[in-house]
Amino acid sequence: MPGQIPVVDYLVLGDPPHLQARMCAQCDALYFDRRNACAHCGRRDFTWKALASTGQLRGYTQVHRAAPSVPVPYISAIVELDGGGVVKANLIDAQLDDITPGLTVTMTTFVAGVDDDGTEAIAFGYKPVKEQG
Amino acid sequence: MSSGDIWIIGASMTPFGRHDDKDLIDIAAESALDALGDADVTIEDIDILTMGNVYEANSHNGQRLQKQIGQTGIPVYNVVNACATGATALRVALLSIKAGESDIGLAVGVEKMGKGGLIGGAAKKRDARKVYSPNGRYGSVLKTEGILGTGIMPGVFAQAGTEYALAHGVTATHFAKVAQKNHAHSVLNPLAHYRKEFSLDDILNADVIAFPNTLPMCCPNTDGAASVVVVSDAKLKTMDPDVRRRAVKISASVLTSDPWVEGGQVQPDVSTLTRNAATAAYEQAGVGPEDLDLVELHDCFATAELIHYDNLGLCEPGGAGDFLDSGAPWRDGKTPVNVSGGLLSKGHPLGATGIANIYEVATHLRGEAGDRQITGAKVGLTHVIGLASACAVHILEAGVR
Repeated sequence: MPGQIPVVDYLVLGDPPHLQARMCAQCDALYFDRRNACAHCGRRDFTWKALASTGQLRGYTQVHRAAPSVPVPYISAIVELDGGGVVKANLIDAQLDDITPGLTVTMTTFVAGVDDDGTEAIAFGYKPVKEQG
Repeated sequence: MSSGDIWIIGASMTPFGRHDDKDLIDIAAESALDALGDADVTIEDIDILTMGNVYEANSHNGQRLQKQIGQTGIPVYNVVNACATGATALRVALLSIKAGESDIGLAVGVEKMGKGGLIGGAAKKRDARKVYSPNGRYGSVLKTEGILGTGIMPGVFAQAGTEYALAHGVTATHFAKVAQKNHAHSVLNPLAHYRKEFSLDDILNADVIAFPNTLPMCCPNTDGAASVVVVSDAKLKTMDPDVRRRAVKISASVLTSDPWVEGGQVQPDVSTLTRNAATAAYEQAGVGPEDLDLVELHDCFATAELIHYDNLGLCEPGGAGDFLDSGAPWRDGKTPVNVSGGLLSKGHPLGATGIANIYEVATHLRGEAGDRQITGAKVGLTHVIGLASACAVHILEAGVR
Protein backbone atom coordinates (compact mmCIF):
# COMPACT_ATOMS: atom_id res chain seq x y z
CA MET A 1 0.00 0.00 0.00
CA PRO A 2 1.69 3.23 -1.11
CA GLY A 3 1.78 6.23 1.18
CA GLN A 4 -0.38 9.23 0.52
CA ILE A 5 0.20 12.94 1.00
CA PRO A 6 -2.25 15.83 0.43
CA VAL A 7 -1.39 18.16 -2.46
CA VAL A 8 -1.87 21.10 -0.12
CA ASP A 9 -1.72 21.16 3.66
CA TYR A 10 -5.25 22.52 4.06
CA LEU A 11 -6.58 19.16 2.81
CA VAL A 12 -6.80 16.72 5.72
CA LEU A 13 -6.75 13.07 4.62
CA GLY A 14 -8.96 11.88 7.49
CA ASP A 15 -12.11 9.83 7.45
CA PRO A 16 -13.76 11.56 5.80
CA PRO A 17 -11.21 13.78 4.04
CA HIS A 18 -11.99 17.43 4.61
CA LEU A 19 -10.53 20.93 4.33
CA GLN A 20 -9.33 22.92 7.28
CA ALA A 21 -8.70 26.66 7.51
CA ARG A 22 -7.16 29.09 9.90
CA MET A 23 -9.96 31.15 11.43
CA CYS A 24 -9.51 34.60 12.91
CA ALA A 25 -10.38 34.51 16.60
CA GLN A 26 -11.96 37.96 16.34
CA CYS A 27 -14.01 38.03 13.13
CA ASP A 28 -14.10 34.38 11.93
CA ALA A 29 -12.43 35.20 8.58
CA LEU A 30 -11.01 32.02 7.02
CA TYR A 31 -7.60 31.50 5.38
CA PHE A 32 -5.95 28.50 3.74
CA ASP A 33 -2.42 29.83 4.22
CA ARG A 34 -0.59 30.93 7.35
CA ARG A 35 -1.24 34.50 8.35
CA ASN A 36 0.76 37.25 9.96
CA ALA A 37 -2.49 38.97 10.85
CA CYS A 38 -6.10 38.85 9.72
CA ALA A 39 -6.60 40.69 6.41
CA HIS A 40 -10.11 41.59 7.55
CA CYS A 41 -9.66 42.92 11.09
CA GLY A 42 -5.93 42.90 11.76
CA ARG A 43 -6.11 40.58 14.78
CA ARG A 44 -3.22 38.15 15.17
CA ASP A 45 -4.90 35.23 16.96
CA PHE A 46 -6.16 32.27 14.95
CA THR A 47 -7.83 28.95 15.59
CA TRP A 48 -8.49 26.03 13.25
CA LYS A 49 -11.82 25.29 11.62
CA ALA A 50 -12.84 22.12 9.78
CA LEU A 51 -14.85 23.10 6.70
CA ALA A 52 -17.95 21.43 5.30
CA SER A 53 -17.62 19.11 2.32
CA THR A 54 -20.74 20.42 0.61
CA GLY A 55 -21.50 23.77 -0.91
CA GLN A 56 -22.81 25.67 -3.92
CA LEU A 57 -20.96 26.41 -7.14
CA ARG A 58 -20.60 30.19 -7.49
CA GLY A 59 -18.44 30.61 -10.62
CA TYR A 60 -16.65 28.39 -13.13
CA THR A 61 -14.73 28.17 -16.36
CA GLN A 62 -13.64 25.37 -18.62
CA VAL A 63 -9.95 25.84 -19.40
CA HIS A 64 -8.85 24.75 -22.88
CA ARG A 65 -5.54 26.60 -23.23
CA ALA A 66 -2.89 26.37 -20.52
CA ALA A 67 0.82 25.93 -19.99
CA PRO A 68 2.15 22.76 -21.69
CA SER A 69 2.42 20.83 -18.41
CA VAL A 70 -1.26 21.32 -17.54
CA PRO A 71 -3.68 18.77 -19.08
CA VAL A 72 -6.77 20.36 -20.63
CA PRO A 73 -9.68 20.71 -20.77
CA TYR A 74 -10.86 20.84 -17.19
CA ILE A 75 -13.53 22.76 -15.33
CA SER A 76 -12.35 25.13 -12.60
CA ALA A 77 -14.99 25.97 -10.02
CA ILE A 78 -15.38 28.40 -7.16
CA VAL A 79 -17.41 26.79 -4.38
CA GLU A 80 -19.08 28.52 -1.47
CA LEU A 81 -19.03 25.94 1.34
CA ASP A 82 -21.94 25.35 3.67
CA GLY A 83 -21.16 26.97 7.01
CA GLY A 84 -18.48 29.29 5.61
CA GLY A 85 -15.41 29.32 3.41
CA VAL A 86 -14.84 29.72 -0.33
CA VAL A 87 -12.56 27.37 -2.23
CA LYS A 88 -11.29 26.94 -5.79
CA ALA A 89 -10.94 23.43 -7.21
CA ASN A 90 -11.89 21.34 -10.21
CA LEU A 91 -15.44 20.27 -10.95
CA ILE A 92 -15.16 16.59 -11.81
CA ASP A 93 -17.52 13.98 -13.22
CA ALA A 94 -19.49 16.83 -14.79
CA GLN A 95 -20.06 18.67 -18.06
CA LEU A 96 -20.65 22.37 -18.65
CA ASP A 97 -24.30 21.58 -19.35
CA ASP A 98 -24.69 20.21 -15.81
CA ILE A 99 -24.01 23.63 -14.32
CA THR A 100 -27.02 25.56 -13.09
CA PRO A 101 -27.32 28.52 -10.72
CA GLY A 102 -26.82 27.36 -7.13
CA LEU A 103 -25.60 23.89 -8.16
CA THR A 104 -24.95 21.83 -5.02
CA VAL A 105 -21.63 20.02 -4.98
CA THR A 106 -19.79 17.68 -2.66
CA MET A 107 -16.08 17.14 -2.15
CA THR A 108 -14.27 14.11 -3.48
CA THR A 109 -10.59 13.20 -3.66
CA PHE A 110 -8.39 11.82 -6.42
CA VAL A 111 -4.77 10.89 -7.09
CA ALA A 112 -3.04 13.87 -8.74
CA GLY A 113 0.41 12.27 -9.11
CA VAL A 114 2.86 9.67 -7.83
CA ASP A 115 6.45 10.43 -6.83
CA ASP A 116 9.56 8.23 -7.22
CA ASP A 117 8.92 6.60 -3.83
CA GLY A 118 5.43 5.60 -4.89
CA THR A 119 3.78 8.20 -2.66
CA GLU A 120 0.47 9.40 -4.06
CA ALA A 121 -0.41 13.09 -4.03
CA ILE A 122 -4.08 13.32 -3.14
CA ALA A 123 -6.05 16.30 -4.47
CA PHE A 124 -9.66 17.29 -3.96
CA GLY A 125 -12.40 18.35 -6.30
CA TYR A 126 -16.17 18.71 -6.31
CA LYS A 127 -18.89 16.79 -8.07
CA PRO A 128 -22.53 17.71 -8.51
CA VAL A 129 -25.00 16.25 -6.04
CA LYS A 130 -27.66 14.57 -8.15
CA GLU A 131 -31.25 15.23 -7.14
CA GLN A 132 -32.91 12.05 -5.83
CA GLY A 133 -36.13 10.73 -7.34
CA MET B 1 -6.30 82.13 -8.21
CA SER B 2 -5.62 78.50 -8.91
CA SER B 3 -8.62 76.20 -8.79
CA GLY B 4 -6.40 73.22 -7.97
CA ASP B 5 -7.52 71.45 -11.14
CA ILE B 6 -5.04 69.40 -13.14
CA TRP B 7 -5.12 69.54 -16.94
CA ILE B 8 -3.88 67.35 -19.76
CA ILE B 9 -2.19 69.48 -22.41
CA GLY B 10 -0.45 66.75 -24.39
CA ALA B 11 -1.30 63.12 -25.12
CA SER B 12 0.07 60.49 -27.44
CA MET B 13 -0.02 56.80 -28.17
CA THR B 14 2.23 54.79 -30.46
CA PRO B 15 0.61 52.31 -32.80
CA PHE B 16 -0.12 49.20 -30.71
CA GLY B 17 1.16 45.93 -32.16
CA ARG B 18 4.44 44.15 -32.67
CA HIS B 19 7.51 46.39 -32.56
CA ASP B 20 10.22 43.78 -32.97
CA ASP B 21 12.65 46.30 -34.45
CA LYS B 22 12.47 48.64 -31.44
CA ASP B 23 13.36 48.19 -27.82
CA LEU B 24 11.31 49.35 -24.85
CA ILE B 25 13.02 52.74 -24.67
CA ASP B 26 12.61 53.40 -28.40
CA ILE B 27 8.86 53.00 -28.05
CA ALA B 28 8.70 55.04 -24.84
CA ALA B 29 10.78 57.84 -26.38
CA GLU B 30 8.59 57.98 -29.48
CA SER B 31 5.51 58.37 -27.34
CA ALA B 32 7.07 60.83 -24.87
CA LEU B 33 8.38 63.11 -27.62
CA ASP B 34 5.01 63.04 -29.38
CA ALA B 35 3.23 64.04 -26.16
CA LEU B 36 5.71 66.88 -25.52
CA GLY B 37 5.22 68.08 -29.08
CA ASP B 38 1.45 67.86 -28.72
CA ALA B 39 1.69 70.03 -25.58
CA ASP B 40 4.03 72.48 -27.33
CA VAL B 41 6.66 72.06 -24.60
CA THR B 42 10.08 70.40 -24.41
CA ILE B 43 11.67 68.09 -21.87
CA GLU B 44 13.36 71.22 -20.47
CA ASP B 45 9.93 72.41 -19.29
CA ILE B 46 9.08 69.23 -17.38
CA ASP B 47 9.34 69.20 -13.55
CA ILE B 48 8.62 65.51 -12.92
CA LEU B 49 8.82 62.33 -15.00
CA THR B 50 6.90 59.19 -14.10
CA MET B 51 7.44 55.92 -15.94
CA GLY B 52 5.08 52.96 -15.87
CA ASN B 53 6.31 49.51 -16.93
CA VAL B 54 5.74 46.00 -15.61
CA TYR B 55 7.96 43.35 -17.19
CA GLU B 56 11.23 45.33 -17.15
CA ALA B 57 10.41 47.25 -14.00
CA ASN B 58 13.78 46.66 -12.36
CA SER B 59 15.66 48.44 -15.18
CA HIS B 60 15.06 52.07 -14.03
CA ASN B 61 13.35 52.79 -17.31
CA GLY B 62 12.54 56.40 -16.47
CA GLN B 63 16.21 57.23 -16.24
CA ARG B 64 16.94 55.19 -19.37
CA LEU B 65 14.29 57.24 -21.17
CA GLN B 66 15.94 60.47 -19.96
CA LYS B 67 19.19 59.39 -21.58
CA GLN B 68 17.34 59.25 -24.91
CA ILE B 69 15.28 62.43 -24.66
CA GLY B 70 16.95 64.73 -22.10
CA GLN B 71 18.71 64.45 -18.74
CA THR B 72 17.52 67.56 -16.96
CA GLY B 73 18.03 66.43 -13.39
CA ILE B 74 14.33 66.32 -12.46
CA PRO B 75 12.88 63.70 -10.11
CA VAL B 76 11.94 60.42 -11.80
CA TYR B 77 9.53 57.82 -10.41
CA ASN B 78 9.48 54.30 -11.82
CA VAL B 79 6.04 52.87 -11.21
CA VAL B 80 4.63 49.34 -11.29
CA ASN B 81 1.07 48.37 -10.38
CA ALA B 82 0.10 45.42 -12.59
CA CYS B 83 -2.29 46.38 -15.43
CA ALA B 84 -3.05 49.67 -13.62
CA THR B 85 0.61 50.71 -13.94
CA GLY B 86 0.13 53.46 -16.53
CA ALA B 87 -2.78 55.02 -14.71
CA THR B 88 -0.80 54.89 -11.49
CA ALA B 89 2.13 56.65 -13.17
CA LEU B 90 -0.22 59.42 -14.24
CA ARG B 91 -1.47 59.69 -10.68
CA VAL B 92 2.07 60.05 -9.32
CA ALA B 93 2.67 63.03 -11.62
CA LEU B 94 -0.72 64.47 -10.71
CA LEU B 95 -0.11 64.09 -6.97
CA SER B 96 3.23 65.88 -7.28
CA ILE B 97 1.46 68.81 -8.93
CA LYS B 98 -1.30 68.77 -6.32
CA ALA B 99 1.35 68.76 -3.60
CA GLY B 100 2.86 71.90 -5.08
CA GLU B 101 6.20 70.27 -5.88
CA SER B 102 5.74 70.51 -9.65
CA ASP B 103 3.86 72.59 -12.18
CA ILE B 104 4.15 70.32 -15.16
CA GLY B 105 4.67 66.56 -15.39
CA LEU B 106 5.22 63.89 -18.04
CA ALA B 107 3.76 60.43 -17.45
CA VAL B 108 4.85 57.61 -19.76
CA GLY B 109 3.59 54.03 -19.90
CA VAL B 110 5.30 51.37 -22.01
CA GLU B 111 5.43 47.61 -22.44
CA LYS B 112 6.92 44.99 -24.71
CA MET B 113 4.82 41.92 -24.08
CA GLY B 114 6.84 39.29 -25.90
CA LYS B 115 5.03 36.18 -27.06
CA GLY B 116 4.53 34.31 -23.76
CA GLY B 117 1.15 35.74 -22.96
CA LEU B 118 -0.76 35.25 -19.77
CA ILE B 119 -1.02 31.45 -19.57
CA GLY B 120 2.52 30.66 -18.41
CA GLY B 121 5.36 28.72 -19.96
CA ALA B 122 6.46 25.10 -19.90
CA ALA B 123 7.51 23.57 -16.59
CA LYS B 124 11.26 23.31 -16.10
CA LYS B 125 12.67 19.80 -16.37
CA ARG B 126 14.21 18.56 -13.17
CA ASP B 127 16.85 15.89 -13.11
CA ALA B 128 16.55 15.20 -9.40
CA ARG B 129 14.39 12.40 -8.05
CA LYS B 130 10.78 13.40 -7.59
CA VAL B 131 9.89 13.13 -3.91
CA TYR B 132 6.80 14.92 -2.67
CA SER B 133 7.58 17.43 0.04
CA PRO B 134 5.28 20.22 1.25
CA ASN B 135 6.50 23.57 0.05
CA GLY B 136 5.49 27.20 0.29
CA ARG B 137 2.62 29.00 1.91
CA TYR B 138 0.07 26.29 1.15
CA GLY B 139 2.33 23.32 1.79
CA SER B 140 1.83 22.15 -1.80
CA VAL B 141 3.67 19.07 -3.06
CA LEU B 142 3.23 19.82 -6.78
CA LYS B 143 2.09 22.64 -9.04
CA THR B 144 -1.63 22.99 -8.39
CA GLU B 145 -2.60 24.96 -11.54
CA GLY B 146 -5.11 22.75 -13.36
CA ILE B 147 -5.40 20.39 -10.38
CA LEU B 148 -7.09 22.77 -7.93
CA GLY B 149 -8.76 24.89 -10.59
CA THR B 150 -7.09 27.81 -12.36
CA GLY B 151 -5.51 30.99 -11.11
CA ILE B 152 -4.23 32.39 -14.40
CA MET B 153 -5.81 35.45 -15.95
CA PRO B 154 -8.05 33.93 -18.67
CA GLY B 155 -9.57 31.63 -16.05
CA VAL B 156 -9.88 34.22 -13.31
CA PHE B 157 -11.76 36.64 -15.54
CA ALA B 158 -13.87 33.87 -17.05
CA GLN B 159 -14.94 32.82 -13.56
CA ALA B 160 -15.73 36.43 -12.66
CA GLY B 161 -17.99 36.50 -15.71
CA THR B 162 -19.75 33.20 -15.07
CA GLU B 163 -20.39 34.24 -11.49
CA TYR B 164 -22.27 37.24 -12.87
CA ALA B 165 -23.96 35.01 -15.44
CA LEU B 166 -25.21 32.54 -12.82
CA ALA B 167 -26.53 35.39 -10.69
CA HIS B 168 -28.12 37.50 -13.43
CA GLY B 169 -28.89 35.18 -16.33
CA VAL B 170 -26.51 36.48 -18.97
CA THR B 171 -25.30 33.95 -21.55
CA ALA B 172 -22.17 33.04 -23.48
CA THR B 173 -23.69 34.95 -26.40
CA HIS B 174 -23.80 38.14 -24.32
CA PHE B 175 -20.08 37.86 -23.66
CA ALA B 176 -19.41 37.22 -27.35
CA LYS B 177 -21.39 40.36 -28.24
CA VAL B 178 -18.89 42.41 -26.22
CA ALA B 179 -16.08 41.14 -28.45
CA GLN B 180 -18.16 41.67 -31.57
CA LYS B 181 -18.65 45.32 -30.59
CA ASN B 182 -15.04 46.06 -29.72
CA HIS B 183 -13.62 44.41 -32.82
CA ALA B 184 -16.13 46.37 -34.93
CA HIS B 185 -15.06 49.61 -33.23
CA SER B 186 -11.37 48.90 -33.82
CA VAL B 187 -11.80 49.13 -37.58
CA LEU B 188 -11.96 52.92 -37.16
CA ASN B 189 -8.81 53.16 -35.02
CA PRO B 190 -5.55 53.43 -37.01
CA LEU B 191 -3.50 52.79 -33.83
CA ALA B 192 -5.22 49.48 -32.93
CA HIS B 193 -3.31 46.18 -33.07
CA TYR B 194 -6.14 44.41 -34.90
CA ARG B 195 -8.70 46.12 -37.11
CA LYS B 196 -10.94 43.28 -38.19
CA GLU B 197 -14.64 42.70 -37.70
CA PHE B 198 -15.92 39.32 -36.51
CA SER B 199 -19.47 37.98 -36.70
CA LEU B 200 -21.08 36.64 -33.56
CA ASP B 201 -20.80 33.11 -35.01
CA ASP B 202 -17.10 33.62 -35.75
CA ILE B 203 -16.53 34.59 -32.13
CA LEU B 204 -18.67 31.84 -30.58
CA ASN B 205 -17.11 29.16 -32.80
CA ALA B 206 -13.49 30.23 -32.36
CA ASP B 207 -11.03 28.25 -30.21
CA VAL B 208 -12.05 28.27 -26.57
CA ILE B 209 -9.34 29.63 -24.26
CA ALA B 210 -11.27 29.57 -20.97
CA PHE B 211 -15.02 29.19 -21.39
CA PRO B 212 -16.91 31.35 -22.16
CA ASN B 213 -13.96 33.32 -23.55
CA THR B 214 -12.86 32.25 -27.02
CA LEU B 215 -9.75 33.61 -28.72
CA PRO B 216 -11.34 36.85 -30.07
CA MET B 217 -12.65 37.45 -26.53
CA CYS B 218 -9.11 37.65 -25.08
CA CYS B 219 -6.72 40.58 -25.50
CA PRO B 220 -3.69 39.97 -27.72
CA ASN B 221 -0.04 40.33 -26.72
CA THR B 222 0.86 43.80 -27.84
CA ASP B 223 3.79 46.23 -27.62
CA GLY B 224 3.21 49.94 -27.25
CA ALA B 225 3.54 53.15 -25.31
CA ALA B 226 1.37 56.10 -24.35
CA SER B 227 2.20 59.40 -22.66
CA VAL B 228 0.49 62.49 -21.25
CA VAL B 229 1.69 65.92 -20.19
CA VAL B 230 -0.21 67.35 -17.23
CA VAL B 231 -0.11 70.83 -15.70
CA SER B 232 -1.51 72.77 -12.78
CA ASP B 233 -4.31 75.25 -13.25
CA ALA B 234 -1.93 78.12 -12.52
CA LYS B 235 0.58 76.89 -15.09
CA LEU B 236 -2.11 76.43 -17.73
CA LYS B 237 -3.14 80.07 -17.34
CA THR B 238 0.34 81.12 -18.46
CA MET B 239 0.29 79.02 -21.60
CA ASP B 240 -0.48 79.74 -25.25
CA PRO B 241 -4.19 80.18 -26.03
CA ASP B 242 -4.05 77.26 -28.45
CA VAL B 243 -2.70 74.99 -25.70
CA ARG B 244 -5.43 76.21 -23.32
CA ARG B 245 -8.13 75.66 -25.92
CA ARG B 246 -7.17 72.00 -26.27
CA ALA B 247 -6.62 71.33 -22.55
CA VAL B 248 -8.66 68.54 -20.96
CA LYS B 249 -9.54 68.68 -17.27
CA ILE B 250 -8.91 65.70 -15.00
CA SER B 251 -12.07 66.00 -12.91
CA ALA B 252 -11.43 62.86 -10.89
CA SER B 253 -8.44 60.60 -10.30
CA VAL B 254 -8.96 57.66 -7.98
CA LEU B 255 -6.92 54.57 -7.12
CA THR B 256 -8.23 51.70 -5.00
CA SER B 257 -7.12 48.24 -3.92
CA ASP B 258 -9.12 45.22 -2.80
CA PRO B 259 -10.95 45.52 0.46
CA TRP B 260 -11.34 42.19 2.25
CA VAL B 261 -14.25 40.07 1.03
CA GLU B 262 -14.96 36.45 1.84
CA GLY B 263 -13.41 34.26 -0.84
CA GLY B 264 -11.15 37.04 -2.11
CA GLN B 265 -8.17 34.96 -1.00
CA VAL B 266 -8.93 32.25 -3.57
CA GLN B 267 -10.65 34.18 -6.37
CA PRO B 268 -9.60 37.82 -6.87
CA ASP B 269 -12.61 40.09 -6.53
CA VAL B 270 -12.44 42.35 -9.58
CA SER B 271 -15.71 44.07 -8.79
CA THR B 272 -15.63 45.64 -5.33
CA LEU B 273 -12.54 47.78 -5.89
CA THR B 274 -13.98 48.97 -9.21
CA ARG B 275 -17.28 49.87 -7.57
CA ASN B 276 -15.44 51.76 -4.85
CA ALA B 277 -13.25 53.61 -7.35
CA ALA B 278 -16.23 54.57 -9.53
CA THR B 279 -18.27 55.82 -6.59
CA ALA B 280 -15.38 57.99 -5.38
CA ALA B 281 -14.67 59.29 -8.89
CA TYR B 282 -18.27 60.30 -9.59
CA GLU B 283 -18.35 62.14 -6.26
CA GLN B 284 -15.01 63.85 -6.91
CA ALA B 285 -16.03 64.98 -10.40
CA GLY B 286 -19.61 65.86 -9.54
CA VAL B 287 -20.89 63.88 -12.52
CA GLY B 288 -22.82 60.64 -12.78
CA PRO B 289 -22.76 57.73 -15.20
CA GLU B 290 -25.61 59.31 -17.14
CA ASP B 291 -23.35 62.28 -17.96
CA LEU B 292 -20.67 60.18 -19.69
CA ASP B 293 -20.25 60.61 -23.44
CA LEU B 294 -17.77 57.72 -23.67
CA VAL B 295 -16.02 55.15 -21.50
CA GLU B 296 -12.75 53.27 -21.98
CA LEU B 297 -12.84 50.35 -19.55
CA HIS B 298 -10.66 47.36 -18.84
CA ASP B 299 -11.83 44.66 -21.26
CA CYS B 300 -8.82 42.34 -20.87
CA PHE B 301 -11.39 39.59 -21.53
CA ALA B 302 -14.95 39.97 -22.83
CA THR B 303 -16.28 38.67 -19.52
CA ALA B 304 -14.57 41.55 -17.72
CA GLU B 305 -16.18 44.27 -19.84
CA LEU B 306 -19.69 43.00 -19.22
CA ILE B 307 -19.38 42.96 -15.44
CA HIS B 308 -17.74 46.38 -15.42
CA TYR B 309 -20.87 47.91 -17.03
CA ASP B 310 -22.46 47.06 -13.73
CA ASN B 311 -19.45 47.91 -11.55
CA LEU B 312 -19.14 51.38 -13.09
CA GLY B 313 -22.86 52.05 -12.69
CA LEU B 314 -23.48 52.27 -16.45
CA CYS B 315 -26.56 50.04 -16.01
CA GLU B 316 -28.98 49.00 -13.28
CA PRO B 317 -27.53 46.49 -10.82
CA GLY B 318 -27.71 43.09 -12.52
CA GLY B 319 -28.67 44.72 -15.81
CA ALA B 320 -25.47 44.37 -17.85
CA GLY B 321 -27.05 41.89 -20.27
CA ASP B 322 -29.99 44.19 -21.01
CA PHE B 323 -27.62 47.17 -21.30
CA LEU B 324 -25.65 45.33 -23.95
CA ASP B 325 -28.75 44.03 -25.77
CA SER B 326 -30.09 47.61 -25.98
CA GLY B 327 -27.03 48.64 -27.99
CA ALA B 328 -26.06 51.22 -25.34
CA PRO B 329 -22.29 50.52 -25.35
CA TRP B 330 -21.93 50.64 -29.14
CA ARG B 331 -20.42 53.83 -30.56
CA ASP B 332 -23.85 55.08 -31.65
CA GLY B 333 -25.49 54.04 -28.37
CA LYS B 334 -26.34 55.83 -25.14
CA THR B 335 -22.96 55.23 -23.44
CA PRO B 336 -20.29 54.26 -25.99
CA VAL B 337 -17.78 51.87 -24.42
CA ASN B 338 -14.33 51.13 -25.84
CA VAL B 339 -14.72 52.98 -29.13
CA SER B 340 -10.95 52.54 -29.49
CA GLY B 341 -11.51 48.81 -29.96
CA GLY B 342 -10.65 48.19 -26.34
CA LEU B 343 -7.94 45.90 -25.08
CA LEU B 344 -9.56 43.07 -27.07
CA SER B 345 -8.55 44.53 -30.43
CA LYS B 346 -6.48 47.64 -29.71
CA GLY B 347 -4.17 45.52 -27.53
CA HIS B 348 -2.98 45.49 -23.93
CA PRO B 349 0.66 46.47 -23.32
CA LEU B 350 0.31 46.34 -19.53
CA GLY B 351 2.32 49.43 -18.57
CA ALA B 352 0.86 51.57 -21.35
CA THR B 353 -2.79 50.59 -21.14
CA GLY B 354 -3.89 53.03 -18.43
CA ILE B 355 -2.43 56.02 -20.22
CA ALA B 356 -3.66 54.80 -23.61
CA ASN B 357 -7.21 54.89 -22.22
CA ILE B 358 -6.62 58.48 -21.08
CA TYR B 359 -5.24 59.32 -24.53
CA GLU B 360 -8.35 57.92 -26.20
CA VAL B 361 -10.86 59.82 -24.10
CA ALA B 362 -8.84 63.06 -24.17
CA THR B 363 -8.61 62.86 -27.96
CA HIS B 364 -12.40 62.63 -28.24
CA LEU B 365 -12.91 65.49 -25.78
CA ARG B 366 -10.59 67.61 -27.95
CA GLY B 367 -12.66 66.70 -30.99
CA GLU B 368 -9.60 65.17 -32.65
CA ALA B 369 -10.49 61.48 -32.90
CA GLY B 370 -10.98 61.48 -36.65
CA ASP B 371 -13.18 58.74 -38.08
CA ARG B 372 -13.99 57.33 -34.66
CA GLN B 373 -14.88 60.68 -33.04
CA ILE B 374 -17.87 60.61 -30.71
CA THR B 375 -19.56 63.80 -31.82
CA GLY B 376 -19.71 66.53 -29.21
CA ALA B 377 -18.09 64.45 -26.46
CA LYS B 378 -17.67 66.54 -23.28
CA VAL B 379 -17.22 64.02 -20.44
CA GLY B 380 -15.50 60.64 -20.42
CA LEU B 381 -14.35 57.98 -17.98
CA THR B 382 -11.35 55.67 -18.04
CA HIS B 383 -10.94 52.52 -15.98
CA VAL B 384 -8.18 49.98 -15.53
CA ILE B 385 -7.80 47.12 -13.15
CA GLY B 386 -4.64 45.22 -12.28
CA LEU B 387 -4.36 41.99 -10.32
CA ALA B 388 -3.81 41.87 -7.56
CA SER B 389 -5.18 44.36 -7.01
CA ALA B 390 -5.41 47.94 -8.16
CA CYS B 391 -8.16 49.89 -9.88
CA ALA B 392 -7.80 53.37 -11.33
CA VAL B 393 -10.72 55.47 -12.52
CA HIS B 394 -10.29 58.88 -14.12
CA ILE B 395 -13.02 61.25 -15.25
CA LEU B 396 -12.03 63.76 -17.91
CA GLU B 397 -13.91 66.83 -19.12
CA ALA B 398 -13.47 69.03 -22.13
CA GLY B 399 -12.05 72.41 -21.12
CA VAL B 400 -13.76 75.77 -21.44
CA ARG B 401 -12.94 76.84 -24.95
